[in-house]
Amino acid sequence: MASPLLSIRDLRTYFYTESGVAKAVDGVSFDIGAGETVGIVGESGCGKSVTALSILRLIQPPGRIETGSRIEFEGKDLVTLADDEMRNIRGNRISMIFQEPMSALNPVFTVGDQVAEVARIHAGIGRKKSWERAVETLALTGIPAPEERAKQYPHQLSGGMRQRVLIAMALIMKPALIIADEPTTALDVTIQAQILDLLVHLQKEFGTSILMITHDLGVIAETTSRVIVMYAGEIVEEASVTELFARPHHPYTEGLMHSMPHIGHDQERLNVIPGTVPAPTNWPHGCRFRERCPYSWELPEREHPPLYDVGAGHISRCHLAREPERRNHPHQPLVVQEGVGAA
Amino acid sequence: MTATARGGNGTAPLVSVRNLKKEFPIRKGVFSRQVGAVKAVNDVSFHVARGETLGVVGESGCGKTTTGRTILRLLEPTSGEIYFEDRDVRAMGTRDLRALRREMQIIFQDPVSSLNPRMTVGAIIREGLTIHKLAEGTAADARVSQLLQEVGLRPEYATRYPHEFSGGQRQRIGIARALSVEPKFIVCDEPVSALDVSVQAQVINLLEDLQREHNLTYMFIAHDLSVVEHIADRVAVMYLGKIVELATADDLYREPLMPYTQALLSAVPVADPKARKERIILQGDVPSPANPPPGCVFHPRCHHPAKDVACTKIVPPLEEKTPGHFVHCIKQPPTSVSWEQQKEVGGVHPPERYLPLAAVHA
Repeated sequence: MASPLLSIRDLRTYFYTESGVAKAVDGVSFDIGAGETVGIVGESGCGKSVTALSILRLIQPPGRIETGSRIEFEGKDLVTLADDEMRNIRGNRISMIFQEPMSALNPVFTVGDQVAEVARIHAGIGRKKSWERAVETLALTGIPAPEERAKQYPHQLSGGMRQRVLIAMALIMKPALIIADEPTTALDVTIQAQILDLLVHLQKEFGTSILMITHDLGVIAETTSRVIVMYAGEIVEEASVTELFARPHHPYTEGLMHSMPHIGHDQERLNVIPGTVPAPTNWPHGCRFRERCPYSWELPEREHPPLYDVGAGHISRCHLAREPERRNHPHQPLVVQEGVGAA
Repeated sequence: MTATARGGNGTAPLVSVRNLKKEFPIRKGVFSRQVGAVKAVNDVSFHVARGETLGVVGESGCGKTTTGRTILRLLEPTSGEIYFEDRDVRAMGTRDLRALRREMQIIFQDPVSSLNPRMTVGAIIREGLTIHKLAEGTAADARVSQLLQEVGLRPEYATRYPHEFSGGQRQRIGIARALSVEPKFIVCDEPVSALDVSVQAQVINLLEDLQREHNLTYMFIAHDLSVVEHIADRVAVMYLGKIVELATADDLYREPLMPYTQALLSAVPVADPKARKERIILQGDVPSPANPPPGCVFHPRCHHPAKDVACTKIVPPLEEKTPGHFVHCIKQPPTSVSWEQQKEVGGVHPPERYLPLAAVHA
């Protein structure tokens, strides 16, 4: 296999806060191949967005990427790269689409100016040329009448249109990698369908790699080819999208899948994962999911599980890989017994 | 027949709403002259039966939240009738209205901004007890403890402040506050939208348990169609201030007849990579509610094969297509707007049954 486009090894991003060191990302390793769409799924506080920001080195103090972390992209280590070289990568080779299209755009410039600015900075082309390219790129994202729209300000556009403008900004330099952080979470479902359709189409057309970060398993299933599940700052499971949905191994992944209501498959009562995500300043020792897990026993309490190979390119951070028969004997998770399970 | 305020199973409805309208004026210039109006809720009629959950779905700006708030008179309706147990809500004075609020409560979407950060959790829950003179002193303390336990929180939490809690826990506090006055009817306005999936499931289960134990009636407003299918008995779909489809949850999700509902359902991403899915991608955006399209509000984006000029001229009635299934569409037969009437205004396609999604979610 050719070397991957992006290769992350032992990424640790810590925040030094008054209440302690928050280990938001705590030893994450994964690859993204050229032209591949990889999804990261997890709930608030699992570290998925901090992972994305770390790749672009957008971590602000008191946060810090720890030494020993490596982010290799096109033969360069982004962790140690000089600031001016990093600026040349951001928005040029790797670009990002943010969740909130209103706050990611500057309200006092026209959207055409903002898209063109990216090309002016990175391609070093003039005002007229960059404007033309901005209009072309806006057209690619399916904005009707792009010449007129380019002259408008963000507040004059709908949420879906603004998200298309952000996609145009991300796309104008034809980057090798686009990081999309919850790109459709703020949008209505019919507009979400338009935007996901557009991303999948553009990915096919330009062969750009996409890192799709979301909490929505539906978005993952419809757009990605490989999935990473994060929990408490770590990767807990990784597999191809078909493998993951057919055979989820980690009890957290299983819990996430079962707690979602599915249209057309209504059940009397939703399954829940009891309790809440632990605090990043104080991850539990042993398995970090242990207290909320219906299978936990002594081993997960004693020993932090490694990522086990469970076959078919599928890895899982769960000791069940070693003692699979325990899956037949679920019990009440610890957290419920302590009386905080309802919280 | 039209969807008026009849009880679903012969019993009198708890809440009934007829021809409800809510307009927000648009003012301009030095003299704040009114130059137009946003028709947030535009002639809506429905009822909520005792003990049922009526789901209301639709996208941003469709009027679902305004409908909920107008029923409680947190917003004053522009016109229309609202009855709660045969009492005319619109005719009520301040004192009657305050008494009514004991029976009708609301749970808000944002568990952060809907709790006063300077009040302890105990004080937040107690406030309703005091205002309605339900309990005081140690009796009130005991009631607060009981309510906290009922929503799955520890009684000790009464002395803490909202910021000490997670989103799911705050939503539980909001639920305890609504329950404190023993209401009959609760408007749940996107109560789980701000929560993570696993926590969302916990709160949905809690709402269902409480409904059973206290015989509550819910109006459950949400944009998440799968959550609504799970919790609702009947579902109203809103678009641009109108109810465009109203049916039991089973019927609506199995056989959506309004083209808008069809598109909405097809747009929901399915958490199954092997699902082969026909998707109806709607073109463009929702038109402005200040200037809704004439005729059927959905016609500019509609994909019904029989759509024609009649759809731009005739406002479709919300009419019963099959028992209990009300649809706002003159092209889905049967319709009281006859083919002759449609031809008169320029219609060229006779109504035909169109169901592109029959097997999608089966």
